[in-house]
Amino acid sequence: MVGLVVVSHSARAAEGIVEVAAEMAGDTRLEPVGGDGQGGIGTVPDAIGDAIDAADDGDGVVVLVDLGSAVMNADVAVELSDAEAVIADAPVLEGAVNAAVAATDPSATLDSVREQAEAARGMEKL
Amino acid sequence: MSDGDSAGAAVVAVVEAVAARIEAERSHLTELDSAIGDADHGGNMARGWAAAADAARDLDDPDAQTVCKTVGKTLMSEVGGASGPLFGGSLVFASAELDDGLTPESAVAFAETYLEKVQDRGDATVGDQTVVDALTPAVHTFKKSIETDDLPPLEALAKAVDAAERGVAFTVPIRAKKGRASYLGWRSVGHQDPGATSVLYILEEVLAVAAEQMDAAVPDVDATSPTIPDDADSEDEA
Repeated sequence: MVGLVVVSHSARAAEGIVEVAAEMAGDTRLEPVGGDGQGGIGTVPDAIGDAIDAADDGDGVVVLVDLGSAVMNADVAVELSDAEAVIADAPVLEGAVNAAVAATDPSATLDSVREQAEAARGMEKL
Repeated sequence: MSDGDSAGAAVVAVVEAVAARIEAERSHLTELDSAIGDADHGGNMARGWAAAADAARDLDDPDAQTVCKTVGKTLMSEVGGASGPLFGGSLVFASAELDDGLTPESAVAFAETYLEKVQDRGDATVGDQTVVDALTPAVHTFKKSIETDDLPPLEALAKAVDAAERGVAFTVPIRAKKGRASYLGWRSVGHQDPGATSVLYILEEVLAVAAEQMDAAVPDVDATSPTIPDDADSEDEA
């Protein structure tokens, strides 16, 4: 089953987004990660790498990210990881919800879950 | 790896000098970053470089490549912002160019690879008001000074530092297109980029330590080419 990692500058934001996405996620592995590792705002590649490993059961991991350095640090973590992981170019919360739903599809693949996450880019609210 | 040499010890000295300089400039960097960013650049860099200096000091008789890799990895795990992957990740990546030790030629290759990785990771180009604006003129000037003008390494380095300084000045009147400052749009115009400023501080320390190690004075040069007559200087900065 494709796993999901939610990366935010704020550990609490990542946890909150996972909480929202988990409602629709069935058995999908959802790992929140965020913060600078010293209780402050930021992101650290090692921690993102650990979250990717925790979310991976062999079918790969889609990584949702918030801003700037989260993208870069996730990029580093993906490069260093042994798991098959991809970053979705998507809004972090909406993308995570879409990906969580997509991951519960029995025929889901890494690509299909990422595509669904990225479909959230065009989501209209009004 | 323990085929340490004088280059390895020199790089450790550079890292210690950079850590001290960044610590001394910490509040200035944070001030620059509070104007257009999230006010964490000074603190993040100071914490990262202090840890990097500790890690470099703990190495047993390392070569230059080992020091660069160790410092890069430490910055990646300790900085906690975009500067981790940009300054640290690129250092790990570019250290591959030092397989055969530190020479003027390998230093050029290292600098070019470092610049490419920073551009690639940050998806930034010259004119985006980022580290790339200081790094690009420095790397280009260093490469040309070594490869085309055949200048001594210390002189090439001094020219690169002057080029970086011009690059930092260039970030002031332009609009940020990457990084946190880009969220400010036009309000980013008129502000000096903190990341580019850190690049300058780092290069200044590289130059100072290199001069010290060679027991030489820092050459009094600027980034303009010796082949350009003095009266054309003012037109050379476009």
